[in-house]
Amino acid sequence: MPETFKAPTEEQFENFEQQEEASRLGMWTFLATEVMFFGGMFMAYIVYRHEYPQAFAVGSKHTDLFYGTLNTAILLTSSLWMALAVNAASTNRRKSSVVFLLLTILFALGFLAVKGLEYTEDLRERLLPGPHFLVPEAPKTDIFFFLYWAMTGLHGLHVLIGICVLSVIAFLAHRGKFSSEYYNPIEISGLYWHFVDIVWIFLYPLLYLVDRHL
Amino acid sequence: MSSKSVNVKSYWLVWAALIILLLLTWGVAEFDLGILNPVVALVIAFIKMSLVILFFMHVKYNSPLTRVFAAAGFVWFLIMVTLTMSDYLSRGLVRPTNKAISFWQYGPPQIPPGDYPGGVNPSGLQQQPAVGKQQTGK
Repeated sequence: MPETFKAPTEEQFENFEQQEEASRLGMWTFLATEVMFFGGMFMAYIVYRHEYPQAFAVGSKHTDLFYGTLNTAILLTSSLWMALAVNAASTNRRKSSVVFLLLTILFALGFLAVKGLEYTEDLRERLLPGPHFLVPEAPKTDIFFFLYWAMTGLHGLHVLIGICVLSVIAFLAHRGKFSSEYYNPIEISGLYWHFVDIVWIFLYPLLYLVDRHL
Repeated sequence: MSSKSVNVKSYWLVWAALIILLLLTWGVAEFDLGILNPVVALVIAFIKMSLVILFFMHVKYNSPLTRVFAAAGFVWFLIMVTLTMSDYLSRGLVRPTNKAISFWQYGPPQIPPGDYPGGVNPSGLQQQPAVGKQQTGK
């Protein structure tokens, strides 16, 4: 029974293919709103980097390049596990699909752990804008750090949500709710996970690599 | 399913490419390329994004409708950047036309200290040295 599990076609759809296409389009629509959500912050980043390039160069020097690079590698790899999990589900390899999903979640937790270490270090270096902010050598550096905390914080929240979603999916996959005929939920949550990866792909050069050579 | 079964090997190849690009962007950041530094960093980020979208997110194998939906958000973001930056980049290039009217209506402007984004005073008037404590008539 689990090998041939298939969700019923809802009555508003012509057929099952159309239903899957609709859910995929729905996820991409949601991701478009997410692009606009993060887009506001990226826009603020562009405007202020244009206004105060010096502050961004100095601010970026105070971020931890090692943790940033490590986290990029971790997220890229967890995206690979996610893609392999979808692939395994589409070829009816239930066990390996669950294993790959758990690996994705494990790497996501690793990302958050590294991020936590980095935040601790940032706080110790008094890089959180506020009354105890250590003013570095250039004026307006606090603007860079406002954006740093807001953007990485919002991204971290998305990682956390991704972990919750993937945990549910992994549980359902373990219970045999998906098969090569029906693995749409794994695919859809995979889209979300890859999107979180894409946001970080841009955050990495914008926050950690500004004028590193200076 | 419209997303055909993809060879597992291709996922590993994409992952290897992503990691190589990560090391590349990390290494390049240490060299002084002038204005090219942010350009190279963003081009590499864009290539990485394209790899993830096309292969991991299956857009390469999806229907054209899905591709349009996938592109829409990013296109709209670029429109927002273009319109916003055409404002910020052109500030100070255009002379305010309502200078005289604004002076006639409100008198000499009270200019708070500090600079404005783009280095342009939004009142459109030159900052004058403060002469005593001058209250504007209403």
